Amino acid sequence: MTVLEEQRVTRSTGAVSLRGLTKRFGDGPNVLEDVSLDVAEGEFVCLLGASGCGKSTLLNLVAGLDRPSAGSVHVPGGRAALMFQEPALLPWLTATQNVELALRLRGVGKSERRVRSNELLELVRLSGAGGKRVHELSGGMRQRVAMARALAQDSHVLLMDEPFAALDAITRDVLHEELVRIRESQQLTVLFVTHNVREAVRLGDRVVLLSSRPGRVAKEYPVGIAHPRRIESPEVARLSVEITDDLRTEIRRHGAH
Amino acid sequence: MSVLDSRRGGGNGNNDDLASLEAGLDALETHLDTRASRWRKLLSATWPPVLAIVGLLGVWELIYRSGVKPTYALPSPADVGLVLRDQLSDGTLLEAMGTSLTRGGLGFLAALAIGTPLGLLIARVRPIRRGIGPLVSGLQSLPSIAWVPAAIIFFGIGDAAIYAVVLLGATPSIANGMVSGIDQIPPLYQRVGKVLGARGLSAARHVLLPAALPGYVGGLRQGWAFSWRSLMAAELIVHSPELGQGLGQLLDFGRSNNDMSLVFAGILGILVVGIAVELCVFAPLERRVLRRRGLLVARS
Ligand SMILES: Nc1ncnc2c1ncn2[C@@H]1O[C@H](COP(=O)(O)OP(=O)(O)O)[C@@H](O)[C@H]1O
Ligand SMILES: [Mg+2]
Repeated sequence: MTVLEEQRVTRSTGAVSLRGLTKRFGDGPNVLEDVSLDVAEGEFVCLLGASGCGKSTLLNLVAGLDRPSAGSVHVPGGRAALMFQEPALLPWLTATQNVELALRLRGVGKSERRVRSNELLELVRLSGAGGKRVHELSGGMRQRVAMARALAQDSHVLLMDEPFAALDAITRDVLHEELVRIRESQQLTVLFVTHNVREAVRLGDRVVLLSSRPGRVAKEYPVGIAHPRRIESPEVARLSVEITDDLRTEIRRHGAH
Repeated sequence: MSVLDSRRGGGNGNNDDLASLEAGLDALETHLDTRASRWRKLLSATWPPVLAIVGLLGVWELIYRSGVKPTYALPSPADVGLVLRDQLSDGTLLEAMGTSLTRGGLGFLAALAIGTPLGLLIARVRPIRRGIGPLVSGLQSLPSIAWVPAAIIFFGIGDAAIYAVVLLGATPSIANGMVSGIDQIPPLYQRVGKVLGARGLSAARHVLLPAALPGYVGGLRQGWAFSWRSLMAAELIVHSPELGQGLGQLLDFGRSNNDMSLVFAGILGILVVGIAVELCVFAPLERRVLRRRGLLVARS
């Protein structure tokens, strides 16, 4: 374990702290059960789990869109920004207007909105596409606008719910690189949800494996691989194999009975 | 090893590579907008209805010549054309069209002012939806001519009775359009609004209303159609010398004088106003709303 990771373990309250988080819908079974997780300031944590294990539910709880049945969510920096699983841009607005809406709802003045939204679109390399409407943008461009809009919320915590799942492999690869770059330049804390093991290892400082039904923290893996990483690299592959094996074991448990 | 240290080693060249790669991907995935020329489109949209009308006139002429009906009951297209010319040149028809259009427009605007907040209330307040919702959808299927006797008894013969019928005819459509517009909003948009910090009024203004617009515009279009029909029903029955002469009154005048050509001219006037408002106001409005959202499927 490196010095940096040791520091993370010892720090008590981080950017996000979940304690005994439990969630069920109505009279149903627990979707999440007793999840405790700390994300340190500036850390990039990937939440990994089979689909249906409660990843989106967990992010919704952290974003304050839903209330836990038990346990607590603590985000000391205030409201976290959330990027949805689906492309969630508002189709009656242009790319720029989508970003500006986030600023406007935060009470940012008109002239500053212009400046800031231009900066953010430049950050995701979409300066030229600000006037386009959502349906005129490709999938990758939409997710970058969504990223700019999430950054416009000016929260240091960014929650991402499988944001690249619907993209083709080449675009996804490029956006991985973009995300790492932006996260570094904006010093973001990221909680990134995915069901893709390699994606998790490619991006995260730490990978947290969730079990299914109920969702709990099954295991955690520090990712000690230096950036720049590539999804094809042997180091990424090695850890991915280890995590995949654990994930399969986890999934098999459900077939046994 | 932290992200920051290692990334600096990557240098700027890496960053530029990524930028150009991304620019290439964006270019490859962006659709090129190809639109046929306006004139060609207009032309190709015009000739089929023109052809249909010419055909219809031909059939009419044939029936006229066959003599199944006496001329007073079925005048020839040419007779009607002559009456139409007289009516147009002495201004009677245009004046009637103007009077009716003003009434229909004002009635529609009043229905808009009542139907919009009513729709919002029905969509957003559960007890109101339960209580009034079914009533308003039911009213939509009530032929508005059924209101005419009640309006005459209540208001007497006059403009108030006419406007009451238009209002009762159009308001339910507009309210229902608003309700279905709001019901069709994907839940995702409201969650987006919530994440971005929209509350109450700002959520309504920035998310709810724009998201409901396509359904609402559909309701407006239908509301206009109902206004116009209700107005004609009302004008046919409610008439007195003191009242302005609308198209409906012109029709009734034609009927009482057994003047079929005048009746046909009146019907034509009603059609022309209805179609003109549809083509000049509602069709472009709807197209605009849908095109902005990428919901307009290009049809050739
Ligand atoms: N609003 C809801 N009402 C009832 N059940 C829900 C709701 N949202 C999610 N669930 C259930 O919770 C489980 C986890 O869902 P979700 O968090 O979307 O999984 P994931 O994002 O990991 O694929 C699923 O079984 C789903 O059916
Ligand atoms: Mg999900």
